[in-house]
Amino acid sequence: MTTNPATESAERPAAQNFPADTRLAQHFDDFRSRLPDGDGSVVRRLEAMEDIQRVGVPNRRVEEWKYTDLRAFLHEAAAPASRPDAATVDAARKSAHVLADVPAARIDFVNGYLADAATLPEGVSVVPLSKALAEAHPALASLDQVEVANGNALIDLNTAFVDDGIIVQVAAGHEIGEVLHLRFINHGNTPFATATRVLVLVEKDAALTIAETHEGHVAAQPNSLVAFVLGDSARVEHVRVNAEGAGAIALSTLTALLGGEADFRSFNLVAGSAVSRHQLFIACQGENARVTIGGVTMIRGEDHADTTLVLDHAVPGGESRELFKTIVDGDATGVFQGKIIVRQDAQKTDGRMMSAALLVSPGATMYNKPELEIWADDVQCAHGATCGELDEDLLFYLSARGLPPAEAEALLLQAFIGEAIELVEHESMREALNALAVKRLENRS
Amino acid sequence: MIEIKNLVVEIEGNRILNGLDLTVADGEVAAIMGPNGSGKSTLSYVIAGKEDYEVLDGEILLDGENLLELEAYERASKGVFLAFQYPLEIPGVATMSFLKAILNAQRKAREEEELTTPDFLRLVRGAAEKLEINQEMLKRALNVGFSGGEKKRMEILQMALLQPKFCILDETDSGLDIDALRIVSEGVNALRDEKRAFLVITHYQRLLNHIVPDTVHVMSKGRIVRSGGKELALELEASGYAEYSTEAA
Repeated sequence: MTTNPATESAERPAAQNFPADTRLAQHFDDFRSRLPDGDGSVVRRLEAMEDIQRVGVPNRRVEEWKYTDLRAFLHEAAAPASRPDAATVDAARKSAHVLADVPAARIDFVNGYLADAATLPEGVSVVPLSKALAEAHPALASLDQVEVANGNALIDLNTAFVDDGIIVQVAAGHEIGEVLHLRFINHGNTPFATATRVLVLVEKDAALTIAETHEGHVAAQPNSLVAFVLGDSARVEHVRVNAEGAGAIALSTLTALLGGEADFRSFNLVAGSAVSRHQLFIACQGENARVTIGGVTMIRGEDHADTTLVLDHAVPGGESRELFKTIVDGDATGVFQGKIIVRQDAQKTDGRMMSAALLVSPGATMYNKPELEIWADDVQCAHGATCGELDEDLLFYLSARGLPPAEAEALLLQAFIGEAIELVEHESMREALNALAVKRLENRS
Repeated sequence: MIEIKNLVVEIEGNRILNGLDLTVADGEVAAIMGPNGSGKSTLSYVIAGKEDYEVLDGEILLDGENLLELEAYERASKGVFLAFQYPLEIPGVATMSFLKAILNAQRKAREEEELTTPDFLRLVRGAAEKLEINQEMLKRALNVGFSGGEKKRMEILQMALLQPKFCILDETDSGLDIDALRIVSEGVNALRDEKRAFLVITHYQRLLNHIVPDTVHVMSKGRIVRSGGKELALELEASGYAEYSTEAA
């Protein structure tokens, strides 16, 4: 285990003695021994692991983790997956079904390892992360420029353990018509951890529609990081689906660095996993960038789902819209933490953030925490957060027309989340998301 | 035929209906008039099956079957229809999907085949045209951004599609201009036949010029205090409700 004596102090308890800390440290040591000699990434990995070990895996006494106690959830942190054999890859790919009807160029990851890539549309190039890591590819440093993401524990864990991924590059001026679909499929019988990293560089005036789906049948513990860099006037529509197995602990981070007049849209559907935390760190670095973020979370049983967003307007004229809808059933717990920062120079920023939750059972819990941090004086910013139950009057109206209670509820729940799914502009993906959501609602019990 | 016998209803301990008796025969249009607070809307909600009310006594029989033993959605599929005074807006539910869902839910409850899409579209288009409801309205979310008149026409459209046995119109004339009143009334009149019964709840006689009732009942303090023919409505229009408000007090 690597420790930094300079940061050890008497008043700080031995944070790294909790099971989450001990297990992660052990897994890291094992993982390091697997790395090839002279691997260029080792220094960064060690630094990231040190950052974690200095304060320990965050728990609920750390503000950003108050509602999602990572240390408790990683009590049984699993060991990293090993590279799957051909039979596993084959079986995994056969089982994948999320967004399967959307015409797309597909790139598959099985158990966190790049398995297969389709023929890519013209203007798109892909570099395997293993190559980029070994060569310390300059694009890897772009993540550090998203200031609000610095020091984040999930990113540190990803940096320490990342073993595969890709760098996707869309050349300037290319508008890619075909959807690029990254499928992360977990396959196996025992819990394992994965750490993947995808960098998406969309150059000036280029446009990309990208889907990212996570599915599997095991209690996987993925840590996924997707970092976008959009050049001036670049456009990206990103759709993400968490359809992990019912026992999964799905940790994910999205970062985006936006150039001037760039247009970034991202939508996330949570329809799986026992525990999830999806973090978004978005920085508008060029003027007049537009950001549209949507999310639908559908949880039940003992599920816990957290969406944490930090949106940083550093320059003038940015526009952001965020709409999150959460349906909390059973004894599940939903968390939304959203923060819009408007720095002093970011005049004329127009930001609106809304998080609405419906609690459809007596045991359901929702923590809604919207924040605005505004340093400029000529801005329009608003946030809203609601937690409620289904409207009794609406339910009566529907039942007075002959709809049985379950159907009436399903119709209203569908309408509730439909507003957020509507933010997805790509038609066949929007339809596929609606279908996934309806299926999830039908399986309510 | 609908028979309401000695209906006693409370909400949060306040007695709203106080031994109400009313019979509406097949094919009959019965109007209920009365001052504010006399319990007219409560009566409509209790017949439709709203849960907020406590029924302490009485029966509501539709062709001999006691509706009080059924859930609201079961009453609807038995043929009870309430046209709401304030139809609700349902953002995110397209009007056409809603219409299809309710039609098929009732057909399913009656063990009938679900409508095919072409049949459904034909049915809706025909009925909508008569109520001067255009295609654009049907594409929008149910009642969202509709004017008062449009909402009421949408209620009548649902009634026309569902073909109920017993229709309750709760202050359908409120918020309607004269043209909308005419369209809505024509829609209702087109549904009148020897089997279908109507209960028309209104403050004003104006609606009853368009939907001419067979019987008129005056309600006060939760009971029917006077019944008569259509001329009773005219008399009330001239004399007002003051007499009934004091009489029952």
